[in-house]
Amino acid sequence: MKRYSVFAVAREGARHHTGWERAWRSPEPKKSYDVIIVGAGGHGLATAYYLGKNFGITNVAVIEKGWLGGGNTGRNTTIIRSNYLQDSSAAIYEKARDLYETLSQDLNYNVMFSPRGLIMLAQTHHEVRGYQRTAHANALQGVKTEFISREKVKELVPIINIDGPRYPVLGGLWQRRGGTARHDAVAWGYARACSDMGMDIIQKCEVTGVRRIAGRVVGVETTKGSIDCNKLGIVVAGHSGVLAEQAGFRLPIESAALQALVSEPIKPCMDVVVMANTVHGYMSQSDKGEMVIGGGTDSFNNYTQRGSFHHIEETVRALVETFPMVSRLKMLRQWGGIVDMTGDRSPIISKTPLENCFINCGWGTGGFKAIPGSGWAMAELMAKGYSPLAAEFSVDRFKEGRFIDESVAAGVAH
Amino acid sequence: MLTLQCPYCGVMAEETELSAGGEAHLKRFGPGSTDADFETYMFMRENPKGVHFERWRHANGCGKWFHAARCTVTLEVFGTYPAQTSVPPADLLDKIRAARPGFKWREFE
Repeated sequence: MKRYSVFAVAREGARHHTGWERAWRSPEPKKSYDVIIVGAGGHGLATAYYLGKNFGITNVAVIEKGWLGGGNTGRNTTIIRSNYLQDSSAAIYEKARDLYETLSQDLNYNVMFSPRGLIMLAQTHHEVRGYQRTAHANALQGVKTEFISREKVKELVPIINIDGPRYPVLGGLWQRRGGTARHDAVAWGYARACSDMGMDIIQKCEVTGVRRIAGRVVGVETTKGSIDCNKLGIVVAGHSGVLAEQAGFRLPIESAALQALVSEPIKPCMDVVVMANTVHGYMSQSDKGEMVIGGGTDSFNNYTQRGSFHHIEETVRALVETFPMVSRLKMLRQWGGIVDMTGDRSPIISKTPLENCFINCGWGTGGFKAIPGSGWAMAELMAKGYSPLAAEFSVDRFKEGRFIDESVAAGVAH
Repeated sequence: MLTLQCPYCGVMAEETELSAGGEAHLKRFGPGSTDADFETYMFMRENPKGVHFERWRHANGCGKWFHAARCTVTLEVFGTYPAQTSVPPADLLDKIRAARPGFKWREFE
């Protein structure tokens, strides 16, 4: 693999950009691999990457039904933060945020990590107390956040209406090193690095069955034929239930469409990420100038990748209250992704009833921010059978009542 | 927008008039049950990519709970029926089998 650098740009500029090579290979599947990862989204590719980088396991295939990063990795609102209440969540999300800091250098691929700062608005007295508590918890967890005054919020976000018709802004939970990254680049960067280590990324190849013998996985059936493996990792977000059914076990997961939308591009007006959980809307401005807006989740199970229209109305209504200038914006695009929701709204990184099959799912509405940490933990779990970061996220917690209750801690915009 | 007919008042209700109540026909397990049974009742879900049976409430209407059979991929609604039953009606199952060969939901196929 030729490294990307300022010299490469200069060299290619001088020869009319004829020397760039493909970022990753598109091979046909081999007969067998040490590890098969199902799902070439951020989490699947990160798992493969850290299997290779941290554990030297490179005889790996990443199998993808559609195209690389075409699921939720390409559909989220690109927000990165780690201001969670519970210790186990803060640990894995902070690990991910920390890895994002140097991810571009690690991958030799610009993921455009932009730690521009992130505010979660406190708009009720309950939220003020909740976020003050989170700030104290974060201090103990080594996550740098602080509770800021409403005047400071106004200073950071001049376009905000802190007096609000329904919910005045009373303060905010501020994470200075939270921010955004280029979501596609994260998938592409990991894919390029995996391909460079000799891993096969096989796109347009749907897994149609999981072959099992005596409680072990021996391989998968795909639309490109049968492939053997020693270990299987299922990292397919919204379709986890479908894969689990093929593998013969059940999951505490329900899938629904979560929406997002972007406005027309405008001049820079907001250089931080703002989440308003009481009125339920969150917004950041992309480098192109579009306002990137996160919407609501459908209340019923579905796989439509579209979402119900009335959620857009509710989201935009909330944002117009908080940011009056939004009322003058045209919205350009709207889309949906299928999120996999668990009972406690925390993810599952776990062993399964099958001895050599592992699953990473349940990231629900907030998986993008966790990609590097999730891949790190999943790789460790698959290579060594135990990962301290993943331990609390095992699927047994539902039977044992050890919930990681972030649905209360994080409000709706998770 | 998803539209369901309330089997009690007959109104074709839009999604905003209804509230979703999750998977239908769950068998409840409470105190004294095994951990596995309680976990299954409380957390494990069918989550099918295809026809699903659900509970809905006509919240901004007659206020009553009912059941619906709906496809989670196309949002096609196969029918709604009253809440006072522990299994889907036979005629509805026949209709789904005819429309969706290979249909499977729990013990029904």
